[in-house]
Amino acid sequence: MKLTLWTYEGPPHVGAMRVATGMTGLHYVLHAPQGDTYADLLFTMIERRNHRPPVTYTTFQARDLGADTANLFKDAARDAYARFKPQAMIVGASCTAELIQDDPGGLAGALDLPCPVIPLDLPSYQRKENFGADETFHQLCRALSKPMPRTDSITCNILGATALGFRHRDDVAEVTKLLGLMGITVNVAAPLGSTPADIVRMGQAHFNVLLYPETGEGAARCLEKTCGQPYTKVVPLGVGATRDFLHEVASLTGLSPKVDESALRLPWWSASVDSTYLTGKRVFLFGDATHVIAAARIAATEIGFEVVGMGCYNREFARPMRAAAKAYGLEALITDDYLEVEDAIAAAAPELILGTQQERHIGKRLGIPCAVISSPVHVQDFPARYSPQMGFEGANVIFDTWIHPLVMGLEEHLLTMFREDFEFHSDAGPSHHGGKADLREVPDEAPLASVAGGALPPGFAAPRDISEQMKPEATAPLLGEPVWLAAAERELKKIPFFVRGKAKRNTEGYAREKGVAEISVETLYEAKAHYAR
Amino acid sequence: MSLDSPALAPNRGCRDTPVLKERGQREVFCGLTGIIWLHRKMQDAFFLVVGSRTCAHLLQSAAGVMIFAEPRFGTAILEEKDLAGLADANTELDREVARLLTRRPDIKQLFLVGSCPSEVIKLDLARAAERLSGLHAPHVRVYNYSGSGIETTFTQGEDACLAAMVPTLASTTARELLVVGALPDVVEDQCLSLLAQLGIGPVRMLPARRAADLPAVGPETVFALVQPFLGDTHAALIRRGARHLPAAFPFGEEGTTLWLWAVAQEFGISRDHFDAVTAAPRARAAKAVAAHAATLNGKSVFFFPDSQLEIPLARFLARECGMTPLEVGTPFLHAAITGPDLDLLPEGPVISEGQDVDRQLDRQHAAAPDLTVCGLGLANPLEAQGHTTKWAIELVFTPVHFYEQAGDLAALFSRPLRRKALLSKGVAA
Repeated sequence: MKLTLWTYEGPPHVGAMRVATGMTGLHYVLHAPQGDTYADLLFTMIERRNHRPPVTYTTFQARDLGADTANLFKDAARDAYARFKPQAMIVGASCTAELIQDDPGGLAGALDLPCPVIPLDLPSYQRKENFGADETFHQLCRALSKPMPRTDSITCNILGATALGFRHRDDVAEVTKLLGLMGITVNVAAPLGSTPADIVRMGQAHFNVLLYPETGEGAARCLEKTCGQPYTKVVPLGVGATRDFLHEVASLTGLSPKVDESALRLPWWSASVDSTYLTGKRVFLFGDATHVIAAARIAATEIGFEVVGMGCYNREFARPMRAAAKAYGLEALITDDYLEVEDAIAAAAPELILGTQQERHIGKRLGIPCAVISSPVHVQDFPARYSPQMGFEGANVIFDTWIHPLVMGLEEHLLTMFREDFEFHSDAGPSHHGGKADLREVPDEAPLASVAGGALPPGFAAPRDISEQMKPEATAPLLGEPVWLAAAERELKKIPFFVRGKAKRNTEGYAREKGVAEISVETLYEAKAHYAR
Repeated sequence: MSLDSPALAPNRGCRDTPVLKERGQREVFCGLTGIIWLHRKMQDAFFLVVGSRTCAHLLQSAAGVMIFAEPRFGTAILEEKDLAGLADANTELDREVARLLTRRPDIKQLFLVGSCPSEVIKLDLARAAERLSGLHAPHVRVYNYSGSGIETTFTQGEDACLAAMVPTLASTTARELLVVGALPDVVEDQCLSLLAQLGIGPVRMLPARRAADLPAVGPETVFALVQPFLGDTHAALIRRGARHLPAAFPFGEEGTTLWLWAVAQEFGISRDHFDAVTAAPRARAAKAVAAHAATLNGKSVFFFPDSQLEIPLARFLARECGMTPLEVGTPFLHAAITGPDLDLLPEGPVISEGQDVDRQLDRQHAAAPDLTVCGLGLANPLEAQGHTTKWAIELVFTPVHFYEQAGDLAALFSRPLRRKALLSKGVAA
């Protein structure tokens, strides 16, 4: 047993639902107890779909347990076919039905329905949502697609986009546009936007574009084997990756990788002097492996951040994740426990977090700006406007999204200049962060003595100061730990909040190294000089 | 409206209406969802679900942003190795509980909540609760109930939870009123204040905000339900010798008045005093409802089953807002509990219990109601087809009981209709 408050991924049958809901003409009969229908609202609410997910649940109850549940499943499958007349059906069990050991595949097979029925085996107690989606799509391709003569013109399939995918809708549109610039048309994009009949004719494409390895790699490998189609290994997230992707496609097709880049603005935006202050900003990355690996490249080579931590929650991709992290001199964090992620972020003291919905909240708790780069996400990250992550427009979107939460250049300089200003002090935070500005009271006589004890007077209470959370032991100094003198503590407060945590850490590290027991203002500045780059 | 003889209302009511009982696919939450409001109400309780990743994902999806506020609930996710040998599961559970209680020493009540997987593998959580109660006594009391989908639907989770607490309540011979059902704090305070003004007391609440305030129960206890889904708790209290005061549920001006009057009569309160205390809030409630009744009057409404609140709400909408219920679906129908509301609900609607969602959707399409009350899995798809919907879960999560919320309750139903009118004007312009 493992105590869990938050999960990055749902159970595997939710992954199967993401495939079924992304498609039309496919129906999923899920052997599941009453209550499992909660998953419908992920699609109708978070993704705002205007139809019910094509899923029939058997919704068995306690009184059905025993021989009855198998009949319940058969009736549900028969009724679902009669009502929805799908081109194909997938059948499977949720976690509870897995325990009662009816065999959905065998039961549905015995019904002899007039459409292909594909059984899914999704081990709910070992695997998770992404595996469920990948395996479902894989089984669909295995059952339905077959070798075919290639189309006359050069075509490809786009693999991996599903319902409830982070920006999948617009990524498919953007990549389709990109391929169009090279003279390639899309044969089938699947699962999102396809039908079982489309899966049947996937074999006629010349190659496959694997957009999301998490949900499409199984299918890509299967099609490579059965239809002889090579698939792309580069995911076009970021400018460099997009260009590499175009070269990869060129090598597969013999077409020219040179395309119109006139709408690509990230490189100039990033080169313009207004972006100079972004140099070396410390960024922490967490999410699914594909998005994090791509984001690290953008952060380091296209925007000029320093990547100070990276990791992913999907163990399936731990190996490429570790390799990518190594290139930045980092140890990858592979975990699905958000408390570990929170600890790692606090320890790294970044100035920007790029992560999921959960990291957004960690950022809020720690007072660190954050932008979302990966699932799981909430309703606000299924926007009405066009906002891909992939291709050239995706790069533009990424630049805006990541930079927006940061304190902008001029604001940062003014904060430094007037850092003791009563209404424009660092604790007030940038205006667009939300929350009301915290006007600092000007104390009649600053009770400085109490500062030395670690307890700050109320006027100096610093809600955005993350250094305390980062070093909980700082309030109760351990024996042998350097102690901050009052003046040094005051000087530390003058440092802008977004670098204060790092400055505190560095100074303490420097003091320990030098065997200094008491940190004075002098120590603070000696440490600053020591760590100067 | 007549306080004394609701049965003499001009129509015959729905008490004897044959009920359409259906079985099939159900589009409802399981009882685990109750944790989301119960953990807010019981401030020193922790709810530990023993279940699968699906259970954890359900709670996270249903709790929305609340999940980020260090909630006092969690899921002990069963893993492959727990399924292999059952003896192991108890050790595992003891370890997880011990770790949890070390991390949260403020916890006084721990609920082990059963789920579908734990019920199917017959993990004996009742014995585990007993064992853990012994281990962690006297600091923490450990209870057990099932919120599994195979046994409970949505609000029934609260029923199962409260029913599990009843046998452990202290005994008393005092004559006390017990108000049963979790209410938002603000509503609970209004309820207590009205009862105090009427001169009724002492009044105890179940659930209580803290373990130390848990009520006692005995043969002189009378209890009134403020929620219609408390069938098992009702039965458990009767087994302890307490007596139920049947009444319409306190929704709207009429419901609240009838509910209070049922209690007042039991405690021998005079009509004059009752009228003096309730006159002002009754007038306020009637006025607030009237503002929305203009929008609702003459409109038809169709209820999909969700929370068991459907019958009293249909009664409120029909009698105080002038709506015509076409079908009132409820996951379960406790005639003994919702009887007073059924008596008042004007004859006409189909009363359905249980669900076959596809067939019910067919009926809804044929009936073409002005307003459809349904869950979030159905709401947007129905809106896209041109129906106007009110999503039902909000009726459980929003303060809607008693006089001061009567206007808010009506507003929840009028808002989608007003919005539809506003948006169509915009498109036409």
